[in-house]
Amino acid sequence: MALVFAGICSHGPGITGRAERADPALRDPFYAALDSLRQDIEESGAEALVVIAAEHFANFFMNNMPSFAVGMGEEYEGPIEDPDWLKIARTKIPGAPELSERIVTEMMQTVDLAYAKEWRMDHGIMVPLNFLTPRYDMPIIPANINCQGPPLAPLSRAYEFGRALRRACDLVPEKIAVMGTGGISHWPATPNSGKINEAWDREYLDAWAANDKARLLSYTDEDTLREAGQGGFEIRTLTAISGLCEGSKGTVRYAEPIPIFSTMCVAGVMDI
Amino acid sequence: MSLYFVQKLLYNLNREPSVQAQFKTDIDTLLAEYNLTDVEKKWLKNGDVGELYIHGVNGQILMHYAAFIGQEWDEYIQAMKDGLSKYGQVRDGIYKAVDDGHGGAV
Repeated sequence: MALVFAGICSHGPGITGRAERADPALRDPFYAALDSLRQDIEESGAEALVVIAAEHFANFFMNNMPSFAVGMGEEYEGPIEDPDWLKIARTKIPGAPELSERIVTEMMQTVDLAYAKEWRMDHGIMVPLNFLTPRYDMPIIPANINCQGPPLAPLSRAYEFGRALRRACDLVPEKIAVMGTGGISHWPATPNSGKINEAWDREYLDAWAANDKARLLSYTDEDTLREAGQGGFEIRTLTAISGLCEGSKGTVRYAEPIPIFSTMCVAGVMDI
Repeated sequence: MSLYFVQKLLYNLNREPSVQAQFKTDIDTLLAEYNLTDVEKKWLKNGDVGELYIHGVNGQILMHYAAFIGQEWDEYIQAMKDGLSKYGQVRDGIYKAVDDGHGGAV
């Protein structure tokens, strides 16, 4: 069939783990925006959801770190973190191994990636799924981009990863939804946790909504580290959606800083 | 500082129930499996999040260790701030390049 939905959202563990500490006036509209994405995914008729997330040293370490990885498991489990810490119960999540293998095979025609038949989902995927597929009944294909342990693949390759995924989606008969999930500026899990460069974030989101490839690929890691913290490297996951939807425009449905969630909280969709 | 092996131990600790059990029941044997200095072993045995932070342990690994040893979120953040106050700026790892190693010191 083709790509039937593409969107982005935040995934910080505080979104569920520290939910009670957030201002309801900010938190509840954010949750509502995430729920609107859930409704869109369900109405799209998607048969599988690809989640492009950021590696957090959950499945891969620096002894063998792929720049890009895609899951090909029959079943996954998450969260890998303490469920009481994340406030998401540990559960089994169905995979789509045969579909994933076809997607990976096509993507490999133009991009290098690792595949993984074992994958334990951390907050980077579990927090989005908690809102987007709360019954955990939709087959999931997890994908990871190394945004944590330099050296990192450049943004141009994240964009090309998205383009390759689009080509693969367009070749398979199944209806595919894709979510990119990552922070924009943030300094997670450090003493600066909660610091947010809102101006930088809004500039990035403006480029994302316009799907302005030149602007999106103009960010350097040096500038990002200075202005947006090490968490800013996760824009790779969002820029991959730009590549996935090259030529389309996006709509940001929610974007407000929620410091106890450690990031600008975002929900957006591409008009495909 | 063998930052790589400190982080590898914590990576395994975060993932594996068997490593978590050994950490609680036979930590010396566990630590001996990694190429760690004596002072690194002391930080890990004492739960010294401040030292681990300023010596470069990535927060995505460190925050789960902190939760494992019973630190609430605010305690974890404060432990890193205390580390910066007591021991000075971050010396290694990705945070060495953030705010010239002073990240979070204010």
